[in-house]
Amino acid sequence: MGARMVPFAGWDMPVQYTGIVDEHKAVRQNVGVFDISHMGQFIVSGPGAEAFLNRVLTNNITKLQPGHGQYTLLLNGLGGVIDDLIAYRTSEREFYLVVNASRIDTDWAHLETQLNKDDEVMMANASDFTAGLAIQGPQARAVAAAVFGSANSFPEHNTILVTMTENGPMWLCGTGYTGEEGFEFFMPMETAESWFRKIVDAVKLAGGMPCGLGARDTLRLEMGYPLNGNDLSEARTPLQAGLGFFVDLDKGDFTGRAALVAQKAAGLPDKLAAFRMTGAAPPPRPHYPVAFAGAIIGEVCSGTQSPSLGAGIGMAYVPLDAATIGSILEIEIRGRRFPAEVVKKPFYRKPAL
Amino acid sequence: MSNVPAQLRYRDSHEWIDPTQSPSPVGITDHAQAELTDVVFVDPPKVGTQVSAGQQVCVIESVKAASDIYAPVAGEIVAINEALTGDPGLLNRDPYAGGWIFKIQPSTPAEFESLMDAAAYGRHIA
Repeated sequence: MGARMVPFAGWDMPVQYTGIVDEHKAVRQNVGVFDISHMGQFIVSGPGAEAFLNRVLTNNITKLQPGHGQYTLLLNGLGGVIDDLIAYRTSEREFYLVVNASRIDTDWAHLETQLNKDDEVMMANASDFTAGLAIQGPQARAVAAAVFGSANSFPEHNTILVTMTENGPMWLCGTGYTGEEGFEFFMPMETAESWFRKIVDAVKLAGGMPCGLGARDTLRLEMGYPLNGNDLSEARTPLQAGLGFFVDLDKGDFTGRAALVAQKAAGLPDKLAAFRMTGAAPPPRPHYPVAFAGAIIGEVCSGTQSPSLGAGIGMAYVPLDAATIGSILEIEIRGRRFPAEVVKKPFYRKPAL
Repeated sequence: MSNVPAQLRYRDSHEWIDPTQSPSPVGITDHAQAELTDVVFVDPPKVGTQVSAGQQVCVIESVKAASDIYAPVAGEIVAINEALTGDPGLLNRDPYAGGWIFKIQPSTPAEFESLMDAAAYGRHIA
């Protein structure tokens, strides 16, 4: 497909097919399809699965009805983020976790250390034999209808449909990483090729195109979604990352809870702030120094040129006094400082129709 | 196929220079702009700077990456293309004319001979 390949978390991944901006706009206006086979899938089941996951994840999994999913975080004992993931309840006693490619081995090892002998939990790591496609954009529903023969198979936001087809099983998840309507479609590797062709054809017919990691990054950053490794790390808590909404401190104990409670009481040392370049400037990129009131106070975690806004955007951990909406930061780019304003997330809002 | 004009000379890092003009305009090739896609910012050199052949003189930024631009020959930077400030996409749309980046007054015109001609550059990117 004329893709430019780059290594990413052990996979050769397409960074772009036609160009980041074209692909980005296709998703915002129409539809795009991403190969997300690199992502990891764990199946956690058994009579003790719910209690176990509630003990290791931050969100309250008992609130999940079968067929529904939630964004949640896996923390270390100090409250640092090991991974952010989506947990779906596929039945009363079974959960489907979709985790980041770069963290599959770390997550798995961590979950094993958290498991007790009498937990009555089974865990399976399906990552190696699961392929995935993300279909994202206003036409995603039309693509689902064309591929599955019915729009009824389209999974609504944060829901999952696990079903069997003549091509084998599939997991349809009403999630994405772009801020657009869409779904993520997981399947066994050996059935992937025929699905890939069908879906890419349907996407092209709907006026869309295959998209690479480059557009995936600009799309998610316009929404202010964090990327693990850039914006999340084991050195900072979800409270610092602004993800407190996905942490239920009242649900009972979980790994990292005590550290979060203590941090909340003591006050956050810094916070992930969203900033937008205020004038003509080179795009901010990860690791560029960030200054406030003349002094360097941190570095850019994620940064790019927003194709929708035509401006540089990014996120950085900064002290609370620098993190208030409207405060002026400076991003140091090749020795020169360019002004940026702290703004509210998301950077991009869909225009009202 | 990329456009590789016959009258220009080329560096292996994908800059072109026009030896038939004095001072000589410098830009990036059609092949380079297609690889970079979506140029969003040009950080120009300073007029009056003396540069040597192969010296990094400025940076162009696409959505994907920041790329260094090198002087094809030694000389003085005598002009920069102000139009790129407001419209960096010119580099993508018109790499050999409206998208020139800077002009250099060569100090050693013999250096043109060390650059690739169109046929050699065409093989370089094949």
